[in-house]
Order: sequence, then C-alpha cells, then structure tokens
Amino acid sequence: MMAKKVLHSLTLNGEEVQVASAAGATLLETLREDLRILSSKRGCNQGVCGACTVLVDGKPVRSCLTLTARCVGHSVQTMEGMDGDQIMATLQRHMVESGGVQCGFCTGGVLISARELLEDNPSPTREAVKTALSGNICRCTGYRTIVDAVCGAAEELSQ
Amino acid sequence: MSLDQPEPIFLGGTVGKSVAKPDNLEKVQGRAEYIADLYRPGMLHGAILASPHAHARIRGYDLSEAMQAPGVVAIITGDDVGEGRMGAFIKDEHAIAKGKVLYVGEPVAAVAARTEEEARHACRLIKVDYEELPAVLSPEDGLAEDAPILHEQLADYIKVFDAGAEGNLCSRTELSEGDVDAAWAECDVIVEDEYTTQPQAHVSMEPCGALAEVDPNGRVTLWSANQSVFRVQANVCESLGLPMSKLRSMTPRVGAGFGNKMEPHIQPITVALAMKAKRPVKLILTREEDFEMVRARHPFRVRMKTGAKSDGTLVARECEVLVDCGAFADDSPGVMGYSLLMCGGPYRIPHMKASGKLVYTNKLRFGAFRGFGNPQVLFAGEQQIDQIGEKLGLDPFAIRRKNMLREGDQWFVGPRIGSNGLGRCLDAVERASKGSRADGSPRNFGLSVTAHISGLLGTGAIVKMLEDGTISLNTGATDIGQGSDTVLAQICAEELKLPFDTVAVASPDTDGSPYNWGTTASRVTYTTGRAVKAAAKKVVDQAMNHAAEMLECDVDDLELREGGRIGQRGSNSDVTFAQISGRAHWAVGGPLVGSETLVFDEPTHDPKRAIALGLPFPRIGVFSFAALGVDVDVDDTSGQVTVHEAWSAADVGRAINPRLVEVQLHGGFVQGLGYALYEEMVWDGARLANPSLMDYKVPTARDVPDAIHTYIIEDPDPTGPFGAKGAGEIGLNAAPGAIANAVAKATGARHVHLPLTGERVLAGMLDPGGPQD
Ligand code: FES
Ligand code: FES
Repeated sequence: MMAKKVLHSLTLNGEEVQVASAAGATLLETLREDLRILSSKRGCNQGVCGACTVLVDGKPVRSCLTLTARCVGHSVQTMEGMDGDQIMATLQRHMVESGGVQCGFCTGGVLISARELLEDNPSPTREAVKTALSGNICRCTGYRTIVDAVCGAAEELSQ
Repeated sequence: MSLDQPEPIFLGGTVGKSVAKPDNLEKVQGRAEYIADLYRPGMLHGAILASPHAHARIRGYDLSEAMQAPGVVAIITGDDVGEGRMGAFIKDEHAIAKGKVLYVGEPVAAVAARTEEEARHACRLIKVDYEELPAVLSPEDGLAEDAPILHEQLADYIKVFDAGAEGNLCSRTELSEGDVDAAWAECDVIVEDEYTTQPQAHVSMEPCGALAEVDPNGRVTLWSANQSVFRVQANVCESLGLPMSKLRSMTPRVGAGFGNKMEPHIQPITVALAMKAKRPVKLILTREEDFEMVRARHPFRVRMKTGAKSDGTLVARECEVLVDCGAFADDSPGVMGYSLLMCGGPYRIPHMKASGKLVYTNKLRFGAFRGFGNPQVLFAGEQQIDQIGEKLGLDPFAIRRKNMLREGDQWFVGPRIGSNGLGRCLDAVERASKGSRADGSPRNFGLSVTAHISGLLGTGAIVKMLEDGTISLNTGATDIGQGSDTVLAQICAEELKLPFDTVAVASPDTDGSPYNWGTTASRVTYTTGRAVKAAAKKVVDQAMNHAAEMLECDVDDLELREGGRIGQRGSNSDVTFAQISGRAHWAVGGPLVGSETLVFDEPTHDPKRAIALGLPFPRIGVFSFAALGVDVDVDDTSGQVTVHEAWSAADVGRAINPRLVEVQLHGGFVQGLGYALYEEMVWDGARLANPSLMDYKVPTARDVPDAIHTYIIEDPDPTGPFGAKGAGEIGLNAAPGAIANAVAKATGARHVHLPLTGERVLAGMLDPGGPQD
C-alpha cells in the first residue's frame, strides 16, 4: 500500500525546496511530516477549522485540502516565513496584548486570515473582520478579543 | 463574607494587572510546540482500531495480515495489557478493550508503524472475532429488569467512591435538607417540569495525543495533551500495572481541554505500544476519533419542582436527575453529585431534596466538561425562578435578590461560603442592560445567576531563588491556554515584590514538580495560588534571616522592598536578593527554596443540617458567583435564535489578571451559547452520527454577539491568594438558563429541551403551550 514518494519542487518561505512526499499527500502532510514545518496545525483535516491555513502565492488556503502536487512551482508561505512582514508583525503585537491568544492552537490560522483581510481592506468594520475570520474556529476566546486585536492592528496600520 | 478592607497588597506589583501571557509570543509566531509537534529519534506513529459494535464479547484476534503490512513494528490488543483497571471514582476501565467492547469507537487494537498512514492501513487488516451482545442505549433501558449488563464484575472493581453501584447503576446520590414533602403545603405557587439536555462535545481545537518512549531500564517517559501530568501518571500506571516511579509524565503546550484532557484518553495505549515496539511512539487522534473515543458532556433528564410563597419567598425545591454515564464511570459520579449539590442555585431554600441515578450505557464515556453538571440543572432551575416571578409579578432581578444567599449563609448541605458578591453581580448586569436597545426597540432579555466552586484536593508549589536573585516557580499545574502560568507567576512576584518577568515558570513534570491534582474544577488560581503565595513567603522569610545577619540587625526591623531588596526600616541601607542568594548558595545556610503543599480540607457536609448519601466530594471548595443577562433575537420564519448582546458579571474574589478573567467569561459564554442553541452529539442507533466539524457545529466569529460585556466583581475570599477565587467555568454555566429565559420573553414559550434549535423555537412560537419534543 505504501504510497510511492514523489519529488516535488516548490518555493517555501522564499527558498526553493525539493521534497519527497507521497503521491497523494496534502500540503499539510508534506509541511508537517516531510519538512517539519509545524506552525500549521491539524485541527480537523476536513477544511473546516482553519488551523492549517497557509499562503499559496500570497492567498490563504487550507493546507489540509490542498494537494502538494498542486503546489509544485508555486510559492508557499507559513508562519515560519513571516518575519519582516509589517502587517503580520502588527497583528501579532495586538494579538499578544489583547488577550486574543489562549491555547494558541488556532492562532496561526487566524493571523493568516486576518493578514489577508488587512491587505485587501485596510479599514475593515468589525462585521468585516468577523466575516473574514468565520472560517477559523477558536474554542477558547469567544472571538471578542481576536476581533479587537485585528481592529486595533488595522487602526494602527492605517495611521 | 465581604471584607471592607481587602488585605493590603504591594502597590506597583503585578497582581491586578493584565500582563500579557509570556507564551503568547511563541504562539503568534507559530513556534509553540503541542503534542503533535514533538518528534523523537527513531519515533514510530500509532493508530487505533475502533470497535464497530456497541456491546460485544471479543472471542479473539487475527493479527497475521496486519503484522505483515509495510512499516508495522508492533500491535497491541487487550491481550497485551494485564488485569489493571483505572478510573477516578470506580476502577472500571482497562488501557484498551479487554474481553468486551462497550461502545462504538472504543479502542480495540493499536498499531505502531513507520508512518501514520502505514499504521492506519495496518489497523484495517486486523481481524477481531466478536460475539455481538444486546446494547443499552439509554439510562432508562439500562435500569430495565432484563437489561444486558455492561460491567459483569462491577462488584469486584476497586471503588474510590462507592455509592450503590449494582447492575448498570454506577452510582446514586441523595441529598436533603428541611422537610420538602411537608413544605409544599406552605407554598402559594408551585412550578414543576421535566427537562432534557443533550450531549455536548468539548472540541478543543487540538485533538488528543501522546508520545511515549521507554529507556533501557524500562522507565517510561510520556508527553501528552493533558490537564494533569499526575492524573496521566496515575491512570497509565494503574491500567498497565506499572509502579508510579517507573513513569515520568510531562506536558508540551496544550491546545485547550475544557475537561476532555483531565482523565485518560490514549496515554495508556501509547505507552503500551512503546513498550512493545521498544521505540518511541506518537499517537495523535483525528478529529473524528476525538469525537468518538474520548468523552463528552452528560445528557441529563431533570425533573424539577419549585415552590414559593405569594411574596416570592422560595420555600422548597425538589430535583431528580437521571444521568447517562456512558460505558465507563470516569468523572461521572462526581458530575452527578455536583449537579445535585448545585441544583438549588445560589438561593436560600429551606426545604430541598435532590436525588440522582447514574447509569452505564453502551456509549462513549461522559465526563468532566466545563460546568460539571451545573449548566444542566441551571437550565431547569433558572427557568423556574423566572416562572415563579412571572406568576407573582416580580421581575427577574427582584425575585433573585429577594432569595439570594447572603453573607454568613451556608450552601445546600452545608459548605461554608467565603465571600459572596452575587448582589453586586446582579447590580452590574441590571444597570448595564436597563432600558431598550440603541435603536429604541425593546429587549428580549433573559437572566440567570450561578455559583461555582473552586477548590478540591491536593496541590503544591516550589519557589527557588536562583543565584542572581531571580526566581524559578514549579507547581505542576498544566496551563491549557487559560493563562495559569501567568497568574501563578503574578502571585509569586507579588509576594516577593519582584517584577513579573523575574519569575520563570517550570513546565509540569512528575519528576520535578510537586503534586497537582489538575487544571480542573476552576481550581488552579485558588488552590495552587495559595500554595505559591505560601511558598514565596517562606523564601522571603529565609531571605530576611540572611539579611538580618548581613545587616547585623533584628529581623523585626527589616522590610521587604520592591525589586528584590531587604532593608532596615528608617534607613537606606539594604541588601539585594542577589547578595543574599549568593551568600546562601556559597557560604551560609544553603540555597533558598520555599515549598508548600496543601489539600482543600473544609467539609462539604454539615450533618446537623442535611442528610447526604453518595456525596462524591466530602471537601469541595469556595464559591464564586455570577450573573448573566442576554438579549436575543428570534427569527419569526425560522425560529432561529441569535444573541444580540450579553452582560456577564462574575465575582472572582480578586482578579489577579483582569484580562484573563474577561477572556474566561467571553470564551465560557460562547461555549455555553453553542450548547444552548445548536451543539448536539446525535446518535444514530449505537453510532455517533456527527463526529466531525462539518456535521457538529460550534460557534464561529459570525455567530457571536459583538457586544459581550464583562464586569469583574471583587469580593475577596479570606482564604484565596490575594482574595482570588476561580473563574474558569462560571462564565458558561448560566448561558442555557439565561438564553431560555430570553427566548421565553421573546416568544411566550417555555422550553424544556436543549438545544433551543430553530425548529423547537418555531414550534413553541406556533403553539406556546403545546407539547415539546
Ligand atoms: S485542519 Fe485544515 S481546516 Fe482544519
Ligand atoms: S486560542 Fe484556543 S482555539 Fe483559539
């Protein structure tokens, strides 16, 4: 049964990588098991919880639903590769301060979705923030402090 | 009791400040390590074969094909584990099914292989020969005379708590005070109904997992997602027959728990696999397995009756519960007993009777879940308080104020109440929710109050002063994300008058940490906080003795100064912690270490006032109080309920970290909102029909009101650290009762079944007095 390993070439956090993954592997499996990139989490493996969210060519995708084979030749970005991203740094700072981080299992996915929102819409309403985050389940915070953090970051960035 | 003058605290310290949790930083950078993120050299991956039957005898296994499958190193079944059984109240559970399976989804065999995929593949090749048995799928069926029996050797099991276990009856509890039967005659109004509540899944975003390895001497090291490294150690050792000194239990970051990770999940299986494979094994559940295998909130059937005089004074309440235990006792006897202890709510009711039966069924175990039986009885009780108020023309605030427990009162059956800020909670909610909505439309307002304990069992703390005068704190309490490491460091820093960031918190480890029963029962801030404060005080005392010798003066003339200095009163001369600690390490007396252990030891039961049979917690804890108001919208075409605004006030004694208390109130409310409105585990016959996040809905950012207002009330508890009491569960408890009361206001219909789905609410709107299902 042992699925054959296939060599995939992709850009990961700005670097060219070649990775041997099972033929039908998802990007989440490749990242975690083959590359030990561990910031994206397996919360459901079904595309519902958002804990596995990463950027492919700058757009958020659920890595548990994305085949690695589809990423060949594309650029994949994870939390590990966000250093120097000003929107992300601002969001992170507000999340740390606002109480939007509890267990933290959802946090990476939440931040990547929030970053996408702020890139498209620098001054979102609270409703827009909630809509943008509606694909990221957080069981700890009740969302209020997360929405506060995103709104706070948006305000700071638009100054 | 209310202290006008709270204990004087170090001004400029960290207690009362919303310092950010230090672990937030690694979490926002994606660098926090959870159990699935740990790897060991030579590590294998585990997978579990689950039972397809609700009740069957295991006649044998055929592992031959599975053993040949690629990558497989070891397989375990019930034949590989001895006769040991584990369980917090009744030791009824093997590490893995042995002899019989008792629910669909129960682990029957487990494989360790090179990859998770290979392990899962091999599981499918295992053949188990079952003899199917008739199943018990409800507590009512379980009590039937000819019911099939789940635990045939129940009488022989070791019972830490023995309350009438027989047949499928796992435990029974009976509590009474006053004379209920005679009291009904004194009542001018009586309301009575029968209620049901549904099973709720915890859905911690991190599914359960464990990683075990065995050293050449046979000693096991185990990391797992947990709420107590010590309960993990006890459960694994009991079920596998290991001496506790042969197992070291540790924790990485935990992706929340809510009760699901307090007692065992798959740690014993993972250890058994690692022992057989002689290699490290990691086993991480899928989301579906996490739903089907672990545990969930108990469904309750509650019959409740409440009576009052015409002026609204409560006279009597009777509450009878029938509780589905699932296949193993787990924490269930505690949950049922606690629900009965709490069923009167925070009211003076002179005549009370509460009784319950807990029945084994062929479903996954039900167990601890934030609220611990309290939300179920409050759903019934808080509606009845409103109904009595409605009949007598008393508004929800007035009837509650008239009857609430006051200073000096004891709780039902007798526990002492330390501080009680319930009246102030009601004031805060009333003041803020008064009047109409911003757009002038009337509110559909519902109210519920609640109390919850914090306390129970043993805990400890070790405070070490390092050579340079900074501090290492070790408590063994697992921080599951709620921030207990931060709160305990704040308490420690405050007592030592040091900046917060000079205190490092050690990760729980059964080898190095003092015992901690667990992160449960809203207890860490209160019980562990007490131990931390006392241990830090011992370090201060030792430092004082050094300082007296160094400054050549009397200890009584010394004062502890901010920032790690001890000086002589009225003089500028002082010595620093670094100087003291250096002296202690290298010259005089030895390094400074303060340690304290304690167990909550105040009795629950006062035999002079109450009869209590089958009381699971003889020493329970101190009481926190809360009031919750909600304003709901009901869609007239779908019946769907949304919460427009919520006001949550909680008396937590003292908020060591106000932001973290607020987030507990937000998160608890939203989990309670999901429970009240739609979350439900549904069984199709013996099989869970919705074990996935596609089919089991939890609230998303769009489903919660933007306006969740929180009010922290501080009525310091005389025994709490800086007056603090617990805050972990109280934000959830009141949600179903408050929302049901608001729905009744909006639609005119009372509901006796949870969740309040659109379908049910619509049926109520169409026929407010009609039958419900
Ligand atoms: S793990 Fe991919 S969405 Fe949940
Ligand atoms: S912080 Fe725990 S799931 Fe969001």
